[in-house]
Amino acid sequence: MNLFRSHVLVCAGAGCVSSGCLATEEALVDEIAKLGLDREIKVIETGCIGTCDLGPVLVVYPEGIFYRNVTADDAREVANEHLLKGRIVQRLLYRDPLTSQIVQTYGEMEFFSRQLRIALRNTGVINPEVIEEYIARDGYEALACALTTMSGEQVIATIKESGLRGRGGAGFPTGLKWQFTAQAHSDVKYVVCNADEGDPGAFMDRSILEGDPHAVIEAMAIAGYAVGASAGYVYVRAEYPLAVKRLQHAINQARDYGFIGDNIFGTGFRFDLEIRVGAGAFVCGEETALIASIEGRRGEPRPRPPYPAAKGLWGKPTLLNNVETFANICPIILHGAQWYARIGTEKSKGTKVFAVAGNINNTGLVEVPMGMTLRQLVFDVCGGIPGGKEFKAAQAGGPSGGF
Amino acid sequence: MAERQANSSQRQMILPFVDQPGGLLKALHALQNASPAHFLAPSDLKLVAEVFGVPEAKVWGTATFYSLYSTSPRGRHIIRVCESAPCYVVGAMDILKVLEETLDVKPGETTGDGRFTLEVASCLGVCGVAPALMVDLDVHGNLTRDRLNAILAEYA
Ligand SMILES: Cc1cc2nc3c(=O)[nH]c(=O)nc-3n(C[C@H](O)[C@H](O)[C@H](O)COP(=O)(O)O)c2cc1C
Ligand code: FES
Repeated sequence: MNLFRSHVLVCAGAGCVSSGCLATEEALVDEIAKLGLDREIKVIETGCIGTCDLGPVLVVYPEGIFYRNVTADDAREVANEHLLKGRIVQRLLYRDPLTSQIVQTYGEMEFFSRQLRIALRNTGVINPEVIEEYIARDGYEALACALTTMSGEQVIATIKESGLRGRGGAGFPTGLKWQFTAQAHSDVKYVVCNADEGDPGAFMDRSILEGDPHAVIEAMAIAGYAVGASAGYVYVRAEYPLAVKRLQHAINQARDYGFIGDNIFGTGFRFDLEIRVGAGAFVCGEETALIASIEGRRGEPRPRPPYPAAKGLWGKPTLLNNVETFANICPIILHGAQWYARIGTEKSKGTKVFAVAGNINNTGLVEVPMGMTLRQLVFDVCGGIPGGKEFKAAQAGGPSGGF
Repeated sequence: MAERQANSSQRQMILPFVDQPGGLLKALHALQNASPAHFLAPSDLKLVAEVFGVPEAKVWGTATFYSLYSTSPRGRHIIRVCESAPCYVVGAMDILKVLEETLDVKPGETTGDGRFTLEVASCLGVCGVAPALMVDLDVHGNLTRDRLNAILAEYA
């Protein structure tokens, strides 16, 4: 096995892909090979690092030097100067929008240092197409732990105690939803992940699926164990082809490793997953419409009750959660309900991922503890408003949210 | 004869979905993806109805419910310009206007040479690089008037 002296992360979220990061990466890999450094330096393609407006982005480890707006030519320069000669390329460094100071490393950037990443723990850090990288960061340990040391009731009790609430909009207590589905009587039940993400301005779920698909797969398997389901569906909107591709790749890998499929970890538990791609209908984000769409019908909502927990997909009890909700599950199982419940506020536990866009210095993806004020989010994390302008308005939660 | 052959290869394509729960949308996806003009022809919908054993009206009703399916022929490439708020506030309408002028079409129309169909879309989920558009499955962000020509040139 090669021991690499340096790793270079290249963000390959859809935002950076649209800014040309694939050409940047190709030039970098090519130049590294030309310089004969390919046994010393490893280039890793990651999911969204979060700084969409600074793309293409490179982070050079072990120092964590952060380069922004890196063109293919710039990448060759980084290879020659930084990777070969050890000289940091000053002109590609990030400048703090408020202080105008140059900030060399990822860790020193307020944009990152003020975040608390739970749902995004691996997004922008690992290569989402390599399951071993996920495993190296405790991946599939929560599933192993749940299946071999906990009963379904214990899993549900843990999620309930954590205080986690649905991130899809309605904020329904997740543990309670799991309990209702578990209590419904039926031989056949389903777990569904809502990745329709229709709210304009939102790209949290896309980034998680692109950057850390296994986090969702593992959580859905845990949910299947807890509620008594052996089949799951991820409903992804058609506008997210990269998310569909990475998720499908991850499902195949997880199946090869035996993390989903028959007899998982030799426990006799079986669970498998399928992707369903949407066809462009905003309303399909609503849970009953989404279910109709998976069934192959027009995605029209129906009145509730009955709720999906009682009568969902093909009339069977169905647990339906949002992508980000699922992305919080594994850390809760691994670190415990109490750990999670200490983060956030009295009524809202944990963290929330925000997709930040518009007239703001740092657009992109951030995860902060519940209870952070809008002021802190806009000014401290996201660097305020361009040109030092005054804050006028922000809309939270998309068109279905409020001002 | 040619038509009958095409029909039989399409039948082969959608047969695997018949036994899959909810496979009807998958069949529509597959047929549209295989169509050079990116649309579902009346003969496609008729075939789906026959193979799935459901009324033709139901297949039409399903196909027309979803904005991603088209029942009229489109260009070789489909441009979808995001017009949701985060893109709108940073100039999505200017981008759309430039495209309308360059291609000489309105949204929903196809260029005379059959190369592009121009469409508007809601959020494409890349608001961090707004304004944005998709051509087929590729996302392009941080659009400016100047970059548009280079982007169009990528698609023959
Ligand atoms: C019009 C409408 C659109 C919705 N769109 C979404 C969506 O895009 N993603 C999502 O997760 N939930 C959406 N929801 C909420 C879902 O119906 C459902 O409550 C949620 O997915 C449940 O997951 P959670 O408990 O993990 O939040 C929407 C609801 C409505 C009424
Ligand atoms: S608003 Fe245009 S991509 Fe989200």
